[in-house]
Amino acid sequence: MSGTFVGMPAFPVAAREAVGDRTLRSNLRHATRTIRDKRARAVAELDDWAALREAGKQIKDHTLRHLDRYLVQVEETVTAAGGTVHWAADADEANEIVARLVEETGESEVVKVKSMATQEIALNEALEARGIHAYETDLAELIVQLGKDRPSHILVPAIHRNRGEIRDIFRSEMSEWGRPAPEGLTDTPAELAEAARLHLREKFLRAKVGVSGANFVVAETGTLVVVESEGNGRMCLTLPETLISVVGIEKIVPRWQDLEVFLQTLPRSSTAERMNPYTSMWTGTTDEDGPRAFHLVLLDNGRTDTLADEVGRQALRCIRCSACLNVCPVYERAGGHAYGSVYPGPIGAILSPQLRGTGSEIDASLPYASSLCGACYEVCPVAIDIPEVLVHLRERVVQGGPAVRDGNRVVLKPARGHAAERAAMRAAQWAFTHPGALRTGQRLASRTRRLHPRTLPGPGRAWSGSRDLPAVPAEPFRDWWQRTHGGKGGAK
Amino acid sequence: MSSRERVLGRVRRALADVPGDARPYEEAVARDYLREHGRRSVPETVDLLAENLADYRAIVHRCADGQLPELLTRLLAAHGSQSVAVPPGLPPNWLKAVDATRVQDRAASTPPELDRVDSVVTGCAVAVAETGTIVLDGSPDQGRRRITLVPDHHICVVRVPDQVVASVPQALERLDPARPLTWISGPSATSDIELDRVEGVHGPRTLEVVLLSGS
Repeated sequence: MSGTFVGMPAFPVAAREAVGDRTLRSNLRHATRTIRDKRARAVAELDDWAALREAGKQIKDHTLRHLDRYLVQVEETVTAAGGTVHWAADADEANEIVARLVEETGESEVVKVKSMATQEIALNEALEARGIHAYETDLAELIVQLGKDRPSHILVPAIHRNRGEIRDIFRSEMSEWGRPAPEGLTDTPAELAEAARLHLREKFLRAKVGVSGANFVVAETGTLVVVESEGNGRMCLTLPETLISVVGIEKIVPRWQDLEVFLQTLPRSSTAERMNPYTSMWTGTTDEDGPRAFHLVLLDNGRTDTLADEVGRQALRCIRCSACLNVCPVYERAGGHAYGSVYPGPIGAILSPQLRGTGSEIDASLPYASSLCGACYEVCPVAIDIPEVLVHLRERVVQGGPAVRDGNRVVLKPARGHAAERAAMRAAQWAFTHPGALRTGQRLASRTRRLHPRTLPGPGRAWSGSRDLPAVPAEPFRDWWQRTHGGKGGAK
Repeated sequence: MSSRERVLGRVRRALADVPGDARPYEEAVARDYLREHGRRSVPETVDLLAENLADYRAIVHRCADGQLPELLTRLLAAHGSQSVAVPPGLPPNWLKAVDATRVQDRAASTPPELDRVDSVVTGCAVAVAETGTIVLDGSPDQGRRRITLVPDHHICVVRVPDQVVASVPQALERLDPARPLTWISGPSATSDIELDRVEGVHGPRTLEVVLLSGS
């Protein structure tokens, strides 16, 4: 399997293949059910959950609405605390900045904390092209990296692998990258975790450069926050001499106090814990404790395009907890790879087509990768109305219209493959604005109803292949109304 | 145009539809959530801390001031520790009876040197009862961040009830963002294998918390 998402087929194609994989389905069913139940219990412990969720939403909305001001404030406070701030409009710029900073240290390897932003910009591949080896240190990222695989979940990128598969990957691949797996390694999770500890230890202890993302950046203090479990984050954030953090511009919160909301909602939503084992907070550099040089790379890469969309911008509230993945019936069956992006699941279905645009086949298909059941909205700790954005993006795909790409206003053409849908909607529009024709058509349909086929012909066949056509009543509603109420009561 | 100007320009254009929002931050965010969950007496809050620490597999001990040196000696011996890292400001009498070699927290010590140290004993800045969390802020009785990270066994002493708060909001009020902060809830763990929690990855695999009551 290739390690990138370039040239992915449309969601329905990839999903069809995935749902036929019985191991994958069983792995996903087991993992998502486990975490769903646990999350529900962790959330139920807080009787002010709804208020926390609302506050989280408002903090993020306020920040996004004044993002220019808060970005400048972050630059000031981080710089004042001894850090250096860099700006990257897209993935290439960010990768270039990080590669140059690593080269300036004279090092040829970096240790990495799990970070969605660096996944998104394919930093590891960009560094490799410059002769710099990037070692993933999160257990799941390690499994993905060793298996030359792709991530399939925001929180647990190797969720598609079961313990037996992980043991096999460790046994066959660890020696390629460093310390081999212990002799006689079994598939018990504790032994697998121990194997990862031993394998990565030497890398942590000799590392001179660490690369991370951040869960939050506090504008008023210049503080970065990384929330993690294993301690690999602490290793990467404190042992190296140089720390480079690549952070999406939507990760800002205005004030220190705002953390009191997200440090309650994030752990319970993601790993279903009251609190995750380790949270690191740092402000610039500290004398004789931790890295001597700290660089913050502020990343746009499609975020401002998303911000320009009045409906879609709420996706930028996302704190990457992955609760929406774990409750999604589509994700549970199709798995993360079918979404063709580092952001899978419901949030990915609204984030990827906004960050990357709806130009490619996979991105145009993502807004349809949902049954619109709404479970994702219900569990979202920042109340992103994912179904609303999905429907909005479907409209954009089918109809085209104004959007912003790379900072420029563009008018999108309707996507190919939706001709039948557009024709049907145009016909409906015409019929509803011509009452006489509508009445004639309805009467005709009622009289001929026994002759109607059970499936649609032509381009409609795919639609009716999995749905029943609605039965046409013996008498149109308006005729019934006319007959029983005699046109009285305002009906005309 | 620099990337900075480009990004800021894009942000401003993206927000062109947003009406001039004069509402200050204070009004934009309704803080209708609770400052703490439930009402508890001080001893009950300490009990909750102990309960939640233990729930995430920290080993909890309680002792009075005078018994601390003896307890620490016993815990280090039980762990078989030959060496123990010591923050510069740790009260000297805490480890007065300990046999293990004391390794001072120095700027010059390297990660591989620390990797040979068996245990570390520290104080803490604050402990959060509702979540079972201890927070370190790099004060002299806690030392540099790495000494509580590389050794495999961490004993953290919490002064109760002074250093205990009920909730996350109360903890943040007590902390100084300018200091490097580490929030610790149980020993290191992972949920990466089948989303099932397993304790013991890169950070200390054994976390012992001593709840120290006044003299």
